[in-house]
Amino acid sequence: MLGGLSSGGGKAAKASFVSYVTPEEIKSEKEPFRKENNPDFLPGEVVFCSANTVLKYTQDDLSQRGVFGTLLCTNFRVSFVSDEVASDETSKLFKNKLYGENDIPLSCVDNIYGGYEDKKKLITGSLVKNKYPSKVIIHCKDLRVFQFSLTYSKEEDAKKIFQGIVHHCLEPKSLKCVFAFTYCEKSSGPEMQRKERTMLFNCLEDWTHDMKRTKGNCRLVRENSNFELSPRLPQFFVVPSNVSDEDLTKFQGKGLPMWCWSHHSGCALFKTPSLPQLPEDNVSQMYMEKMLTAVAHTHLYSVKTEDLSDTLPTLQDIQLSYNKFKQFFLIENTTEFWMSDMKWFSSLENCGWLDIIRQCLQKAVEVVECLEKENTNVLIMEEGGSDLCCVISSLVQLMLDPYYRTLLGFQSLVQKEWVIGGHAFLDRSNHLHLKEKVESQAPVFLLFLECVWQLHQQHGPAFQFSETYLTVLSDSLHVPAFTTFLFNNDSHRVSVLTAESPSSQRAVMNWPSVWDWSAQFDCKALDLFMNPLYAQKPKQDRSQRKTHRPKHQRQLSLPSSAFKTPAKKGFFKDEADSLKKILRVRRISRWMLSPSSESPQTSSSAREFYEAWQAKPLDYHGLLLPCLDGPSIRVWMQRYLRWIHEVQILGGGPVALLSKVYELLGDIQELRRELDRHACTQTPNHRGATTRPKVKSAAELSARSSVRLSSSFPFVTSRNWQFKPAIPTSMLQSLIMTGVAGDLASRDDDGGETETIV
Amino acid sequence: MASASIPAYNSVSPLENRSSQNASRESLKMELLADVTLLPGEERIIGKDIIYMCPFNGALKGKVFITNYRLYFRSVDTDPVMTLNVPLGVIGRVEKMGGASSRGENSYGLDITCKDMRNLRFALKQEGHSRRDIFDILFKYAFPVSHSLTMFAYMSQEKYEENGWNVYKPMEEFRRQGLPNDKWRITFINQSYELCDTYPTILAVPFKASDEDLKKVASFRSRGRIPVLSWIHRENQAVICRCSQPLVGMSGKRNKDDERYLDVIREANGTAKLTIYDARPSVNAVANKATGGGYEGDDAYQNAELVFLDIHNIHVMRESLKKLKDIVFPIVEDSHWLSSLESTHWLEHIKLVISGAIQVADKISGGNSVIVHCSDGWDRTAQLTSLAMLMLDSHYRTLRGFQVLLEKEWISFGHKFASRIGHGDKNYADQDRSPIFVQFIDCVWQMTKQFPTAFEFNERLLITILDHLFSCRFGTFLYNCESVRDTNEVRTKTVSLWSLVNSEASTYQNPFYTPECSRVLYPVASMRHLELWVSYYIRWNPRIRQQQQSPVEQRYMELLALRDEYLKKLEELQLTDSSPNSSHLSNSSTPNATSPTQHITHLHTPL
Repeated sequence: MLGGLSSGGGKAAKASFVSYVTPEEIKSEKEPFRKENNPDFLPGEVVFCSANTVLKYTQDDLSQRGVFGTLLCTNFRVSFVSDEVASDETSKLFKNKLYGENDIPLSCVDNIYGGYEDKKKLITGSLVKNKYPSKVIIHCKDLRVFQFSLTYSKEEDAKKIFQGIVHHCLEPKSLKCVFAFTYCEKSSGPEMQRKERTMLFNCLEDWTHDMKRTKGNCRLVRENSNFELSPRLPQFFVVPSNVSDEDLTKFQGKGLPMWCWSHHSGCALFKTPSLPQLPEDNVSQMYMEKMLTAVAHTHLYSVKTEDLSDTLPTLQDIQLSYNKFKQFFLIENTTEFWMSDMKWFSSLENCGWLDIIRQCLQKAVEVVECLEKENTNVLIMEEGGSDLCCVISSLVQLMLDPYYRTLLGFQSLVQKEWVIGGHAFLDRSNHLHLKEKVESQAPVFLLFLECVWQLHQQHGPAFQFSETYLTVLSDSLHVPAFTTFLFNNDSHRVSVLTAESPSSQRAVMNWPSVWDWSAQFDCKALDLFMNPLYAQKPKQDRSQRKTHRPKHQRQLSLPSSAFKTPAKKGFFKDEADSLKKILRVRRISRWMLSPSSESPQTSSSAREFYEAWQAKPLDYHGLLLPCLDGPSIRVWMQRYLRWIHEVQILGGGPVALLSKVYELLGDIQELRRELDRHACTQTPNHRGATTRPKVKSAAELSARSSVRLSSSFPFVTSRNWQFKPAIPTSMLQSLIMTGVAGDLASRDDDGGETETIV
Repeated sequence: MASASIPAYNSVSPLENRSSQNASRESLKMELLADVTLLPGEERIIGKDIIYMCPFNGALKGKVFITNYRLYFRSVDTDPVMTLNVPLGVIGRVEKMGGASSRGENSYGLDITCKDMRNLRFALKQEGHSRRDIFDILFKYAFPVSHSLTMFAYMSQEKYEENGWNVYKPMEEFRRQGLPNDKWRITFINQSYELCDTYPTILAVPFKASDEDLKKVASFRSRGRIPVLSWIHRENQAVICRCSQPLVGMSGKRNKDDERYLDVIREANGTAKLTIYDARPSVNAVANKATGGGYEGDDAYQNAELVFLDIHNIHVMRESLKKLKDIVFPIVEDSHWLSSLESTHWLEHIKLVISGAIQVADKISGGNSVIVHCSDGWDRTAQLTSLAMLMLDSHYRTLRGFQVLLEKEWISFGHKFASRIGHGDKNYADQDRSPIFVQFIDCVWQMTKQFPTAFEFNERLLITILDHLFSCRFGTFLYNCESVRDTNEVRTKTVSLWSLVNSEASTYQNPFYTPECSRVLYPVASMRHLELWVSYYIRWNPRIRQQQQSPVEQRYMELLALRDEYLKKLEELQLTDSSPNSSHLSNSSTPNATSPTQHITHLHTPL
C-alpha cells in the first residue's frame, strides 16, 4: 500500500509545506498501524473506494500543516482515518456513535471544491471525468470545512477517491441508496411501551390524546388509514367537526382546514394548502366558504385567515438568504476570517437571514395574539400548506403551550406539524441531488429551529431541552441513518417503508427514528440535551390555572364583542349573506408586503400586545413572546461558530456558567441521595465516614473546573491549552473616516492645547 | 430612575440613596419628596408642576423637584407611578424649547441632554414665564463649576462603615507585585509633582536609572510623563511601562538619556527586544511630529521594535458614541439595526482597543517587556495598560482589585476625568470631552461577557461606576490628576465611591466567580463575539427587558439555597446521630443566603 507513496509523492510539494510528519516517517513508523486504518463501520456499511497518504490540513492556521491518513468513501460517509494514533480521550465526551470528527455523512456534504494550483473551483457532478484536483475542499451542511491534499497519493487512488466522493455526494441517486435502508442496526424498538414517549402521530391514540389534552372538539378522521381518501393527506388527521365526508376529498386536501392546536378558550389553529380562487369558479369559492364556516363554528363564530405566501418570504428567498448566510461560517483560513470580520454586521444584515427569522416570529406573534387575546379561530394557508404553515403553526404552539417546550413535547410537535404534517423533507433538502428538485430546495425546518433558538436564548428557563439539543437536531437532519426526515409526506413514508420492509423482518414503525438519541450518543452525552436552567413547573400551578379558566367561559357566554364591530373588508369577496352576519373573516395583517420599506408596518396592536405581556411578570409556564427589536435577534453562535478556531473562547463562553450549574446540580443530587439514605436507615448509631456524604473535596472541585471548556463545547474540546491569542489582522481599512470624523481622526487628542494640528 | 415599567434593575440603582439610614434624617426630611430619601447634605431647591414628555409613554403630568444633587420627577394620576431620578451631574446640556408664542400642545419647556445616553423633555405652561426659574436653577446647579459653586461631593454628609480612600495604597500595590526588587526601585522624586505634575507621587523605575536620569528623560517626554512601571510579571519579570510620546519633532531629535533609559528597561529581565506599542494609527504619530511630538525611530532605539495599534483619538470616539446614541435613543433603530450599529464604528473601536491589549498581554506572557504610549499617555495608554493587566493578573478581577486598577492606572496616572467628562461645566461642546473611560468599562464588560466566571464583580458594579462617573456625588472621579486633587483636598472633603461599593459588596458580587490565580484571559476580539452593551446603552428603553438577575443567576442562587438546605438537614441528622465531638459542625452551618464565597467554603466543610 505504501509503495504508492514515492510515486504519488512525485508531484512537487510546495516550498512552504510543513507537516507534522514527513512521508518518510510514515513509512518507517506507521506501517504497523496500517491495517487498522478503518473507521468503526456501521452494520451494513460498505466501502466504495479509498486512498492512502491523503493529507488533511489542520484548519487552525495558514501554515499548510496537516495529518496524513486514509480517505474513504462508503455508502454512509466520507471518512478520513488519521495515521496518527488518536491520543486524547477527553475529546470523546460528546462523541457521536455514528460518525466521528473526521467523518462526513454523505448527505451532510454541502459543496465540494477542487483546488487546482491557485484556483478554487466548485465541483458539480458532471464536470469531473479525468482530471482531479490536488486539493479537495468539502463544505458540510453542519458547517465543518475539510481540506484534503491528494498530492501524495497514488494517482490512480486519488482519481478514484475523488470521483467516488463526487459521485456519491453530488450526483443524483435513488432514495433506496440512502444508507438508512441498508443500515441494519436494530433500532431499540418503538418507544411505544414506555410511559412517556414522543408522540409520533402515526396512530389514532396520539391524535386523540393531543386533542384531549388541549380540550379540542374537532373531528378525528380515520378514513384515510390506507390512504383511500388521498395520498396527500396523512393517515390520521383532525378537521373542524362540521366538515362532512365529501368535503374531505373535494380538492385533494386543498382548502381543507387541518387542526393544529386548540387554545384553552376553545378557539383553535388550523392550516391548509391554499385553494386557488378564480373569480368564475363558484365551486371552489363555495367550498372555501363552507370550510371557513366550519372553522368558525369551532368557537364564537369568528375566524381570521392569513395567506402566508403573501406575507412571508418565498422558499427561494429563504434558500438564497441562507446560502449567503452560511458562507460567513464556512471559513477556510485565518486571513479569510479576519477579512470577513470587518464588515460582519452589514454582511449579516445584507444576507437577510436574521430578518427572515424575525418575520416568522413576528407572524407567529400575530397569530398568538388572535388566539390568546381575541379568542378567534385562525386558519393559516399557503401554497402546498406544509412549509411556512409548519413554521408558524409550530411556533405558535411553542409560545402558547408549555408542553411543547419539554423535550418530548417538542419532538411530538415536530412529528405532528412536520413529519406527519407533510413537510417535504426530501425535496427541501434534496438529499438525492435530483436536478429537477434543485428549485424546491430550502432550509425551512432549519429556519424553524432558528426561530426556536431565538425563543430559547431569550427565555432559557422555559425550555426543558438545551441549545445543544437544538444544534444536534439540526445536524441530524443530514444523518442518513434515520428515516424521520427522509420523506415528502406521510403516504410517501408509509409506502416506501412498507416496500422496504419484508413483512416479517421489520414493521414500518421499527425503522430507526432520529428521536432514539441513544443511537447517536451515550447517556452521559445525552445529559447535555437537558437544560439545567429549566424551571420545573410548580405543582400548585394546576389549580391556579383552573381558577383562571372561568374568565374565558364568561367571554364565551358574552360574545358581544365578536359581533359589535362591523366586519372589516373580508379577504374572500363573495361571502354568503348568512356568513356575513355571523362570521368575521379577516386577514391578520398586511405586514411585510413591502419588505424594503423603511420601517416594517408592525401593527401597533401587535406592539401593544407585546408590551402588555412584557409588563406582566414573566411566567415560564405561560405565554412566551419573543422580543423582536434589533439587538434581540441574534446569530445562533453554538451552531455557526463552533468549528471556527479563531472565535473559540478558551475557558469562557456561556458554557462556563452552565457547567457551574451542572456541577451544583450534581452536588444537590448527591446530597439528596444521602438524605434519602438517612431517611431509610434511621439508625441512630451510624457514625463516621460511613454516613458522610461524599461531598467533593476542594481539590476535586478545582480539578474539575480545571478541565476547561471552550465556547465551542461540547462540539469541540480544547485539546491544546497552550495557545496563542487570536490577534485580528487588517483592521484599519474598515475604519476609513469620512467627513467630520475624518477630520477629527487626524487631530491630536487634546485639541485645545495643540491647535496647530488639523 | 427611568420609567416605572423597568423597575427591577433601577430600583437598586446606584443612584438611589441607600446609605442615608446612617445619617440623622429629621432635619433633612422633606414631605414633598416623600418617596425618595434625600442624601445627607442634599437640600431641596424648587418644586413645580410639570409635564414629562416621556419618549416611550407620552406626556406625563407630575411634579418635578430639584435639589442641589438631583432632579426628581414623579408622575401623578398614572398607574404605575413613574419616576425619574437624575443626578444633576449627569446633565450635559439644558436648553429652552419653544417660545412664549409657540403653538401646539406641550411645545414650551426644557430640553435636557444627559451624559448617560438619554434626553429628557419637560413641558410647562406658557403663561407667566413659568420655566424661567426652573431653567435658571437647573442651569446653575447642574453646572456648579461654571458658576463658582461647590460640587455636591463637597456638600455630601454621607457616612460609610468603610473608607474607600484606603482601597488603593501605592506602596502596598507595588509590594503585592513584588516590588521593589533588584531591578526596580521605588522613587519619591515626584513627591511634590516637580518631575511631572500629572503623575502620582510614588513611581517605580529601573534600579539602574538615577533620579538625575529621570529628570533628563522627562525633558524628552511630552509633559514629563516618563516611562514608569505599571505591572511586572512575577515569573518572567517582564514589565508593562507607560509613558507619553517622545519629543522628536520635525527635525527628528534624539535623546541619549531616553534611549539609554529604554534600554535599561529592556535589560531588566534580560530580553533582546523591547516592544513599544504606540496606540495611535501611524499617520497620527507622524502628524504629531509637527507639534514637537512623534515616535521612537528605528535607528535611535536599536533594541526596540515599534508597533502601532491604530486606535483612534478622543474626537473620533466622541463622535462614535454620539452616533450610537442616535440609533438607540429614544427609538432603537429597527429595520437596519446591524448596519446602523456598524456605521457607528463603536464596536470596531472596542475591537481595536481589546486586540491592542491582547497583544500587550501576549508579549508579556512571552517574557518581553513592553512600553505603551499614545500622545500624552492618559487616554489610550490607560485603556491598554489596564486591560492588559486585567488579562494578566487575576487580582484585578476581584472586586477590590478592580478598584485598585482604576485608582492606579486611571485616577493616579492622570486620566483627565474633569476634562473628558466636564464635571459641573456648562461648556457641552468642549472638544476635550470624550467617553474614553466609558469605552474602557465597555471593554471590561465585553471581557466579563466572554469569561462569565473569571470576575468577582458583576455588571451592576460597572454600571454603578459609570453612573457615578457623572453624578458628582463622590470625589473618586473628580479632577484631572493627583496634584489638583491634593490642592482641592478631595480625600478629606469628599466621600469615595468605593466607600459605597464596599459597604454593600454583596450587591456587586458575581455568584459564578471561580478564582483562578495564574490564568491569563485572552478575550476574542472578533465582531462575532463583541456585542452592544444593551443593558447600559439601551437601559432607558422599557421594551428592552431588564432583568434584575439573569435567569442563569437566579437559577444558580436557588440551587445554592437548596444545597444549603440539604446540607443543613444532613448536619442536623448527623448531629442527632452521632457523638458530641462533632459539635464543630454547628459553627459551619450558619445560614447565609447572599455571599457565594461563603457557600463554597460551606460546601467543603467536613460533615
